[in-house]
Amino acid sequence: ASCVQYRLVVRDASTLQILQLYTCLDQIQYMEWSSDSLFILCAMYKRGVVQVWSLEQPDWHCKIDEGSAGLVASCWSPDGRHILNTTEFHLRITVWSLCTKSVSYIKYPKACQQGIAFTKDGRYMAVAERRDCKDFISIFVCSDWQLLRHFDTETQDLFGIEWAPNGCVLAAWDTCLEYKILLYSLDGRLLSAYRAYEWSLGIKSAAWSPSSQFLAIGSYDEKVRILNHVTWKKIAEFEHPATIASTKTIVYKEVEKSPSVETERLSFPPTRTLASSLFSTQSKYDISQVPVSLHCVKPVADRANPKMGIGMLAFSPDNCFLATRNDNIPNAVWIWDIQKLKLFVVLEQLCAIQSFQWDPRQPRLAVCTGNSKVYLWSPAGCVSVQVPVEGDFQIVSLSWHSSGDSMVLLSKDNFCVCYLEREEV
Amino acid sequence: MGDWKTITVPVLSSDSKTTLQYTSEKRLSSPGMNSQVLRLPLPSSKSTHSFFGAFCTEENIEQSISYLNRELTTLGFPSIYAESKGKELNLISIINCMNELLTLQHKNLRAQEEIEMQHLKLGSDMDHLQNCYAKLKEQMELSKREIIGLQERDRQLQSKNRNLHQLLKNEKDEVQKLQNIISSRATQYNHDMKRKEREYNKLKERLHQLVMNKKDKKIAMEVLNYVGRADGKRGAWRTDKTEARNEEEMYKVLLSDYEQRQKQLLVENAELKKVLQQMKKEIISLLPPQKQKPRERSEDGPVLSDPEEDIGELNKENMWELSCETVREQLTNSIRKQWRMLKNHVEKLDNQVSRVHSGPLNEKDVISREDHELETEKLELEIQQCKEMIKTQQQLLQQQLMSPCDDDTTLLLQDCYLLEERERLQEEWRLFREQKKNFEKERRSFTEAAIRLGLERKAFEEDRGAWLKQQFLSMSTDYKHSENVTTPSAFLGSSDQDNRLTKSTSQQRKAPCISNGPVSPEPWQTAPYMTRNSPASKEPAGDSKPSQWVESGKEETK
Repeated sequence: ASCVQYRLVVRDASTLQILQLYTCLDQIQYMEWSSDSLFILCAMYKRGVVQVWSLEQPDWHCKIDEGSAGLVASCWSPDGRHILNTTEFHLRITVWSLCTKSVSYIKYPKACQQGIAFTKDGRYMAVAERRDCKDFISIFVCSDWQLLRHFDTETQDLFGIEWAPNGCVLAAWDTCLEYKILLYSLDGRLLSAYRAYEWSLGIKSAAWSPSSQFLAIGSYDEKVRILNHVTWKKIAEFEHPATIASTKTIVYKEVEKSPSVETERLSFPPTRTLASSLFSTQSKYDISQVPVSLHCVKPVADRANPKMGIGMLAFSPDNCFLATRNDNIPNAVWIWDIQKLKLFVVLEQLCAIQSFQWDPRQPRLAVCTGNSKVYLWSPAGCVSVQVPVEGDFQIVSLSWHSSGDSMVLLSKDNFCVCYLEREEV
Repeated sequence: MGDWKTITVPVLSSDSKTTLQYTSEKRLSSPGMNSQVLRLPLPSSKSTHSFFGAFCTEENIEQSISYLNRELTTLGFPSIYAESKGKELNLISIINCMNELLTLQHKNLRAQEEIEMQHLKLGSDMDHLQNCYAKLKEQMELSKREIIGLQERDRQLQSKNRNLHQLLKNEKDEVQKLQNIISSRATQYNHDMKRKEREYNKLKERLHQLVMNKKDKKIAMEVLNYVGRADGKRGAWRTDKTEARNEEEMYKVLLSDYEQRQKQLLVENAELKKVLQQMKKEIISLLPPQKQKPRERSEDGPVLSDPEEDIGELNKENMWELSCETVREQLTNSIRKQWRMLKNHVEKLDNQVSRVHSGPLNEKDVISREDHELETEKLELEIQQCKEMIKTQQQLLQQQLMSPCDDDTTLLLQDCYLLEERERLQEEWRLFREQKKNFEKERRSFTEAAIRLGLERKAFEEDRGAWLKQQFLSMSTDYKHSENVTTPSAFLGSSDQDNRLTKSTSQQRKAPCISNGPVSPEPWQTAPYMTRNSPASKEPAGDSKPSQWVESGKEETK
């Protein structure tokens, strides 16, 4: 599904054929599929209205109006039948039920990056709250929205919460001024608190491994610390230096291949293919010899939220690799081998990395850097793929299909779907 | 004692005058003279009569003799006078005295030489020592200067060190101060933040109240129709029961997770324990049997019994299934002990190996070395033997190759042998080729014969058929012809021919490959002639009919 201005276009994923077309009241700011893929919610923050469309019955419609309360965020509940709207100024979270038309309110939600977290199986929801300058976490049962547990956290200013994939442990970390991460069990007990250092800027990002065995914490000091689930103590510390000296890591460097244009064949007006090949440069990967020094960006010292530290963290679905990006070195993706706890591969790109995402089925990483190429890495090697389109197509983000066969590449105005061939075994 | 008067002896050298002067001087200054080292010249020659004259002249013979006597007696020599007090000289004693004096003179000269030598030596030693002394003094000066320099440097470095320590301390203090400042600022900020947050909360509350109070009708949800729940169940009311159920479920989830983890850990534990047990067994097997080497393991004596007992216990009772503290400790301790012993053993072996390279050794090493040596000797012998064998073989081969060069006949012989073989081969080839040709011919002839046989058979059949027809026709028309006369002959002949034909064909059939091949077509060829020659005979007899038919058929075809 994609939305254009105030229209919602639903396409088939394999053929990109338009199946449905819906018109909303206003420009759509946010769109989300329900978990059973039967409904789509479109949120219009300016209007404070959420419209829900059904795929089965195109005539069915639903409109939720927040009125003067305003709307800041909206999302589905894991059962696909409730919509959680966050009102303006984070006054409250309203839970609208599509089945019973009933409303529930959650007071004092916290205005932070990741304030709401659902467990993977969709049973429980953790909400970060703040009352009287103290942080709390409430755990709700998603089936009937009953409050299960409510406990306070020892954080200064809770920044984010995330459930472990096994649904039993909740990680809560503090603002970047304090390096503190707290681990709570499902019933609200504090299992452990981890603090690496004081005073320096702290945690920037955190990610659980798919088996819930490891918790990777990326911090502003350009290091990733891995905690293990048995003792909740640090078992590894990954550094991201600007010079890679170890001979066991492979460094792939993106190198531009200048296209060879035969001047005799130039025709006037130039053909389409020729024009596109002239303007878009091919690139390929070269293996650089170690030691390699990467291009470093010095962050501005007196601004807030400096571009340093580990900003992006992602585990591969088979639990073998961890991909990170050090914001000091924005052109490189670092891939760590979790089985050996060592640096495995570094991908050095020509432009700054916008986003990367692992294939949900295999250890395959797709990277986009804002140009019209998408880069794929797997333990077998890496490849740079040019999007065959005329003109500019700057890929800003990408998203894999859940089967791992295709992915969506998004630019500012367009998107394209990239299908990957599956090898015949 | 009396003065040591210088008794000079006339010199052999040319400067006798100086010595004379010297002696006269000496004589004059007799009392002041003590033992002076003189260069006593060698005994005189005959050219110093004048010198003798200086001491003893014609006038004072007696005085000089008595003087000499006095001197000699004081020196301990016997008197030169005869026993009686008269003035008779004892020649013998005089000669003896002279001899004695001469020997004394010799001795003194020798002594003088020695003393001079010693003097020289001592002088050179003195020089040498002085030089050494000077050098050492220089060195001492140098080292003193060095020491001073080093001390100076040491002092400088120490002062630098102190400075750096001081700096470090300052920095640390600064860091501490900054940290304190940061912490105080942080608390201040927190306080301010809290204050602002409280204000903000108040505003939010206010806003919330306002929003709620307005009771906007707008805040509503418009749904076309209710949507069923995802799992098809109906919505339930929230009651205490549901709360309790939720709690239960939550705890169930937690418990199941913990149980799973515990199972995993148990499995891992069991595996690790198995591995440890295996390792222990292997280590024990690796170690040499300890009872045979008491001297190496004397210290570990009391310890020996324990691990063995432990091993026995642990192996027998399957203790790895239990997981209590003591068992775990026992297992780890026993493994550590075994590992230590193994390490010691390996170290000792290493030492022994290193000692082998250097020199005298243990019994064990001597034995091994001897073994080594024996083996190496054996191998060397073998190598030698092999080499010799190779050499002899090479020689023989050389001889073999080289000897024909001397004799042409042997060369020729060899050649002949080869030639013979070659010719034999060629003969055989020729024979083979001939046989091949013959076979080809026979085959061809056979095929031809077969073809001809076929054709003739056909012709024969046709002839027979025609003949029979004719016969039939003729039988009906000229029955009274006396053909029977001719026919029997013809029949006979034909039968004979037929027989011969059959015989030939059978012959042909039986022996196609024998070289009688070319013979066979002949009777066959003659047969048709015979049949042709025989008149178109007709025979009434039934037996002969088919044959005659055949014949006639053949005739016709031919």
